[in-house]
Amino acid sequence: MAELLDFELVSPERRLAKARVAMVVVPGVEGDFGVLPGHAPMMSTIRPGAIAIHEADGGPATQRFFIDGGFAEVTEIGLTILAERATPVADIDVAAVATQLAAARTAGDDAAIARLEAMQAAATN
Amino acid sequence: MPSLKSLKMRITSVKSTQKITKAMKMVAAAKLRRAQEAAEAARPYSVRMAAVMASLASRVTVGPESPRLLAGTGKDQVHLLVVCSSERGLAGGFNSNIAKLARRTLDELLGQGKTVKLMFVGKKARAPFARTHKDLIVGTVDMAHIKNVGFADAKAVADDVVARFEAGEFDVAHLFFSTFKSALTQEPTRLQIIPAALPAGGTAGADASVEYEPDEESILADLLPKNLAVQVFRALLENAASEQGSRMTAMDSATRNAGDMINKLSITYNRTRQAAITKELIEIISGAEAL
Repeated sequence: MAELLDFELVSPERRLAKARVAMVVVPGVEGDFGVLPGHAPMMSTIRPGAIAIHEADGGPATQRFFIDGGFAEVTEIGLTILAERATPVADIDVAAVATQLAAARTAGDDAAIARLEAMQAAATN
Repeated sequence: MPSLKSLKMRITSVKSTQKITKAMKMVAAAKLRRAQEAAEAARPYSVRMAAVMASLASRVTVGPESPRLLAGTGKDQVHLLVVCSSERGLAGGFNSNIAKLARRTLDELLGQGKTVKLMFVGKKARAPFARTHKDLIVGTVDMAHIKNVGFADAKAVADDVVARFEAGEFDVAHLFFSTFKSALTQEPTRLQIIPAALPAGGTAGADASVEYEPDEESILADLLPKNLAVQVFRALLENAASEQGSRMTAMDSATRNAGDMINKLSITYNRTRQAAITKELIEIISGAEAL
């Protein structure tokens, strides 16, 4: 299948990625879903987690971004992800996340704990 | 008639002022370019967000169960005016234009017997209101330490506004900022942010087959505070570009005025010098003739 998906990742400050790819796996609030070319139009909110971009058809994930909550929109044209904050998974500092997580746990900040745990899971995966 | 020495000092002083205004103009021009680039880079997100909001709006009917950010509180007694200005002066009419528009709205609302609360982002528009309506000011966000406005800064402002709204502190919120048209023109703008003014959705039939996950209402409830943050962010970026544009124009004309002044002073200086020389010559000649 030579068909490709137009994928766009935008944060409020700038456009982070724009590419034609084979598949993107998105962590939706109601479960992960893969978006392939020709996907039915849909809109979904995203839970904190990593999106995986598969550039080649059937190939491994070539690029992963950690999305701190956001919004995915699939149209006939392609997939657009509106992320409030996005970091390439490779750039996540695992040690820093661990210390922040410990701090959040002692502070009892549930939202931060969930976010950091998801970040840790994405980085170690 | 001013003395030669005082004239010379005047010229030197105007010259150094001109140097400063010229430098400020160039700095503003460089910053303007960067601010414009930031505004440009932020555009895709706000465009997409507006599109999503519009398509959601065409699917959701505003009723009493709708999120309060969209439906409002059902009253319009208490208004919150969020006035965005800069942290620095010397930007021409930039700050006073925003303040003027805010004041007009304030007087109008007070005239209608409404209660008004004021919130400031950036301190420059605060001063004129602090003198006359000190008791109405509920908050000031200090932006002095922020060099380039980030989304996090805008989100902090938006979260503050939403928290106040949820606490029932006000019913309607307006945002005041300056829209950047060009380096020469900036337009003070008033935008209602709560309840959210949804764009009229005319595309209801076109994307009727879109699936929503979770349902439209939850997405909308999730999106409304985000949309607010995006609007504040856009306002701050527009403001940043307008401020630099306004400062550039102001400093350009200040440089030109200083140039004119130097020319005038130089002419006076040269005339005075010539007069003094002529006088001295006349004295010497008439002295020699008398002998």
